[in-house]
Amino acid sequence: MSFLLFQASLTLYLLATAAYLVFFFKERAAIRKNARLLFILAFALHSITIVVRYFEAGYTPITTRHETMSFFAWSLGCCYLSLCWRYGVKNLGAFVSLLVLMLMGLAAFASRATVSLSPQLQSGWLPVHASLSLLAYGFFALAGIGGLMYLLQERTIKRKRFGLFYSRLPSLETLDTLNHHCLSVGFPLLTLGMITGSLWAKQALGSYWRWDPMETWTLITWLLYAGLIHQRFTVGWRGRQAALLSIAALVVALFTFWGVSVFFAGYHGSFF
Amino acid sequence: MAVFSDTIALIGVNHKTASLDLRERLACTAGYEGPLAALSRLESLKEYYLLSTCNRVEIAFVGDDVHRGRTEILAALFAPRVKAAELEPHVYQYEQSRAVEHLFQVAASLDSMVVGEAQILGQMKEAYRIAAKTGGTGLVLNKLLHKSFSVAKRVRTETRIGASAVSISYAAVELGRKIFGDLTNKRVLLIGAGEMAELAAEHLLNQGVASVVVANRTLERAVSLARRFRGSAIALAELQGQLQHVDVIISSTGASELILRKEDVRRVMRGRRNRPLFFIDIAVPRDLDPAINELDNVYLYDIDDLQGVIELNRADREREAVKAGRIIAEEVLKFERWLENMASTPTIIQLRDLMEDIVRSEVDKTAGRIGATSMLQQEALEKMALAIASKMLYHPLKYLKAEDHCLSLEERIHTVRAVFDLDEVAEQAQPGGPSHA
Repeated sequence: MSFLLFQASLTLYLLATAAYLVFFFKERAAIRKNARLLFILAFALHSITIVVRYFEAGYTPITTRHETMSFFAWSLGCCYLSLCWRYGVKNLGAFVSLLVLMLMGLAAFASRATVSLSPQLQSGWLPVHASLSLLAYGFFALAGIGGLMYLLQERTIKRKRFGLFYSRLPSLETLDTLNHHCLSVGFPLLTLGMITGSLWAKQALGSYWRWDPMETWTLITWLLYAGLIHQRFTVGWRGRQAALLSIAALVVALFTFWGVSVFFAGYHGSFF
Repeated sequence: MAVFSDTIALIGVNHKTASLDLRERLACTAGYEGPLAALSRLESLKEYYLLSTCNRVEIAFVGDDVHRGRTEILAALFAPRVKAAELEPHVYQYEQSRAVEHLFQVAASLDSMVVGEAQILGQMKEAYRIAAKTGGTGLVLNKLLHKSFSVAKRVRTETRIGASAVSISYAAVELGRKIFGDLTNKRVLLIGAGEMAELAAEHLLNQGVASVVVANRTLERAVSLARRFRGSAIALAELQGQLQHVDVIISSTGASELILRKEDVRRVMRGRRNRPLFFIDIAVPRDLDPAINELDNVYLYDIDDLQGVIELNRADREREAVKAGRIIAEEVLKFERWLENMASTPTIIQLRDLMEDIVRSEVDKTAGRIGATSMLQQEALEKMALAIASKMLYHPLKYLKAEDHCLSLEERIHTVRAVFDLDEVAEQAQPGGPSHA
């Protein structure tokens, strides 16, 4: 059942992405409306997929590689939808839907089998810790996308060559506000994710912090974002610097998320 | 053939052929009087007119040797500053109807950087007024320039070419939106007071910017401008301090050197907490250091850069420009006809003179022979002879003046001249021209 639902939402994401891309190139308002509608439909179906899988598997489906990818895609969609009502960021949809589609594609290729959870994982902390962390990464991903768009637009305005992007990308101010917003929501979420993880570790493993590779790298990510936010609020770092650092931090965050489990052995490794 | 043999020619550089840097060096920053005086000393020019704006320097002239005229003009106006070899590749040259067409296009703002902006007409009128006052223009250029003003008016009323173009202002707002997103609560600083800068400020105010600050060399002017925009005035010396508080800076002073350098702006950015600054430099020569653009969160556009922005919305205006082009083609034809009639005028005068000469000599002869000595009798005789002559001339003259003929005017002039043997007569009458005896 969840398999079919997943396929259906994947297809809808594909259609939404296609529509967003058509809007990106053709710039017709009617297409944009349809694209957004498709994306919301896909997101709704995706939410149902996760709920159905929860009942099918009997545990919070943020455990296997397939599930985390899918949930990451979902949280990115969630962050995007939470923002797009408040700030109209022109053509952000095209970039976001493309990334969501990629994540869904990765999820589709991972094994979809449900697993039986080890006793350590059978805890109320699992949904809280995992979803908070993944939502944080969703906001960071959005900040990274915003940063990329900022760099593209800034380059256009600085170099004074008005090509493909100038009219299609939003203003620098909008993108900088997006960055600001994503960081100020994502960072507390990550912090909460780390605190809940730490409490869970104390409960399950006996100590708050074990310098497991995942923990170390998460700390590095956290410090990077903390530094970025600090610079933003004190010295007024913004624009290009903020955009570049958000992209760099996102790369580190993604490495924490996937790379660590590939390159290092640790108790998190088995989940991804 | 002694027809109207002078050529109307136009030479110049504009934003399409020459870089801002070159235009800066060519512009007549010290006013028209000096350059016009230099032109008046050139013998190859019978009439001349000079236009210098930040986007173009153009000279229209009438003379019989265009090549000589061109060389002499370029030497007289620009020789010390710009070498001929450097200048030559950028200079365009039009003659006769092409020159007329170009002048009409410039007046109608079809050749402007921002197609349809209205400032150029005012600038042309001013340039013409000074050229006319100093005696540069004559019969042909007077007619041509007056005509170009009326063509511009016609284009403006019959097409929508001026509708969306507010030149620099338009570009400033468009770019401002891409940088600031929203222009409300932004502050504008005008450095120097030019017509273009004022227009831009007004346009920005219409878009909801919070306030306008005016800095000028003479505080008095700054104060009066500030009052117009309900803003505040500052002295040029306070510029650095003001950069902390403003967001958009439009600079258009007549200063010959830079008034703000990269370092000046860099120092300000920390205090601004990196809030973006948008500089628009519409002065020629430039007021602002081009390196300012290299700073983070600082954007600098000069006149040439703004062109790129304006390109974007050009499609609409280009459609109207086609319509305007048709109007101009029509008007060029009309002007050509006028010129042609100018060409036939010498023949007509010569023909009349010839007839009068014949009538006088024949009346004298006859009067002597028949002994008509009283004035009254002689007058009656002369009247009759003139009447016959005029009637005889009626058709040849009509033939010359006719507008739609299957023969070209040149051919018709040639025929009439051959039939009446005018060229022979003219030669005999040299050097005093056709004499009245």
